[in-house]
Amino acid sequence: MKESTSVITAIPQLETYLDAFGDFQNTAPGRDLGWLRKLRDDAFARFCEVGFPTTHDEDWRFTNVSAIAKTPFRLAATTNEVCKNDFDAWALPGAACRLVFVDGRFVRELSSTASKKGVTVASLADELNSNPSSLEPHLGRYLNIERDAFAALNTAFAADGAFIHIRKGVVLEQPIHLLFVSTASDAPTMTHPRNLIVAEEQAQLAVVEDYVSLGSAVAFCNTATELLAAESAVVSHYMLEREDTQAFNISTLRIQQGRSANVATHSVLLGGGLVRNNVHPVLAGEGAECLINGLFIGNGRQHLDNYMLVEHASPHCDSRQFYNGILDGQSHGVFHGRIIVHKDAQKTDAKQTNRNLLLSDDAQIDTKPQLEIYADDVKCTHGATIGQIDETALFYLRSRGIDECSARKLLLLAFANECLDRMKEDGVRSHLQKLINRHLFGMANSIAPTEPSGDKGRNWEEVG
Amino acid sequence: MSLLEIKNLHVKVDNNEILKGINLTVNPGEVHSIMGPNGSGKSTLAQVLARRESYVVTDGQVLFDGKDLLEMKAEDAACEGVFLAFQYPVEIPGISNAYFLRSALNSVRKYHGKDEMDAMDFLPMFREKLKLLDMDEKMMNRSVNEGFSGGEKKRNEILQLAILEPKLAVLDETDSGLDIDALKIVAKGVNAMRSPDRSFVVVTHYQRLLNYIVPDFVHVLMNGRIVRSGGKELALELEETGYTEMEAGQREVTPA
Repeated sequence: MKESTSVITAIPQLETYLDAFGDFQNTAPGRDLGWLRKLRDDAFARFCEVGFPTTHDEDWRFTNVSAIAKTPFRLAATTNEVCKNDFDAWALPGAACRLVFVDGRFVRELSSTASKKGVTVASLADELNSNPSSLEPHLGRYLNIERDAFAALNTAFAADGAFIHIRKGVVLEQPIHLLFVSTASDAPTMTHPRNLIVAEEQAQLAVVEDYVSLGSAVAFCNTATELLAAESAVVSHYMLEREDTQAFNISTLRIQQGRSANVATHSVLLGGGLVRNNVHPVLAGEGAECLINGLFIGNGRQHLDNYMLVEHASPHCDSRQFYNGILDGQSHGVFHGRIIVHKDAQKTDAKQTNRNLLLSDDAQIDTKPQLEIYADDVKCTHGATIGQIDETALFYLRSRGIDECSARKLLLLAFANECLDRMKEDGVRSHLQKLINRHLFGMANSIAPTEPSGDKGRNWEEVG
Repeated sequence: MSLLEIKNLHVKVDNNEILKGINLTVNPGEVHSIMGPNGSGKSTLAQVLARRESYVVTDGQVLFDGKDLLEMKAEDAACEGVFLAFQYPVEIPGISNAYFLRSALNSVRKYHGKDEMDAMDFLPMFREKLKLLDMDEKMMNRSVNEGFSGGEKKRNEILQLAILEPKLAVLDETDSGLDIDALKIVAKGVNAMRSPDRSFVVVTHYQRLLNYIVPDFVHVLMNGRIVRSGGKELALELEETGYTEMEAGQREVTPA
């Protein structure tokens, strides 16, 4: 379908954005770099042209972002103090190094850098000031600002974030922890973290993006990550969203995979009020493999949207999407899994599975597979299920002496474990397991017992 | 005192009366077999004893160790010492067998005011019980019943029985779908658990299992009632005459 501009997709706060961008272009790191200035200008122009998406846009059918569009967000003016204690609670045990960003800005005092040879871990702002030539070949190369207004907005305001470069053949065993903290302030603030991860041939690394809030305030985090995995590189990427429920979080992970590159992405959405997680891998080299694994757990009025665009552009590539959702209260989950198999991508093997548990009558899930296949020798499967906690399994556990509440929690945990089991970094997995365990404990306690009639008929409904 | 006393038990499922006045007394250490054709109410009885809530008791009384079993929730009945080996054990992907069994054991221990057992103490005990049932140690880390063969699932039930050490074990068609080797292993596990203060109710369609788990009493259940009771020889008689004949004869003879 051809992209079109429309008067409906206006920007109610255009003035605010114009002011912010004007100031930004004069003060931002890298403002004197011609290529970057152009990148930002073009992106901002594109944003102004298309404006925020509406639910008339097919890609945004289930997610209404008018609350973001209407709010006059400003860039955080000063960096609030974050004390060491707050930070320790968010630490990822066993990390090789950590970069901490408070309201979008790198804070050196709270960060540590990697000392391994062949590994560069720096803040994007620092790199723009000291060594911009390392960024120029990649920054803005992969993320498509034409497709998505949020990607355009992020690119327009791209100033800081993480820059990770790992040389050919270098293996970094411990994960890199990127912590993004939004702090409470009087006025609604926005941040646009921009990360660039470059893994050269046969390099191996794991990166954890972790979004948290300090205090409760209306904050808009619009983040974008470009990840380049060159030939035979092996990269694990984790996105952990655990912000306050007043937070808006829009994230885009754009992955470019070379020949036989192996990338695993894991999205774990626990927090945030309105969350949209875009994962967009392009399997550009022959024999590339991509795992897109996700878990989203919603409660209250949370809206958690998972949007995937998996592009098979070369032959013999495999992609696997597995997303599990647990929704309670009045929460709303979305799984939109789009797979495009380009005409040269023969022998593509693409699989997509979305399983959902609805724990309350008011919880809602929209799940939508979308397959566009232009090659003729491919294997593509998709499936989605929506169900409640399995009453028979619950009885089985209770008949062994486990009380009802613990049994429910155990079954939720089992459901979450399906996703956790796909994470190969042991340290990260056990860290996430602890977080999820704690998160589910609160939920299991609040779940009303189901009626005895619950075990009649099917527990699972096949859709799609 | 008897361990289990069922008096005039009536049970409805989906508004159909399945059990129509069951009377049964089981003393400590006894093995009772409940035999009967499909649809006679055997499994319903087993599920009621394990306190499945969708089975509605409309009349009667069940005392377990002197306590009103029908007042108990499933987890409380389990903690009091009732164990049901399921006819169709449930698969729970994502939870390892070891974690599941330790959680179960600790729930029971907690109920009785005992300290929870940590993984270090639990594992040796777990290994020993695995050996009893000729089960591979890999079974510890596999998800509960997921991808298990029919025989492995049934053995896993008996493994749970061996770990939880209940006062009353109800085996619901534990023999169904087992080949003779698997049947012998399961029976060996059950026999190892027999003791003067542990009772068994063995629900089965076929007499074959009773060659390996020899019962003290055999009861024939038909159309929701126990129509005959006797010693282990009754099972052999049934094997020869079949349920249909007994049902025909039943119209003339009133049960004792």
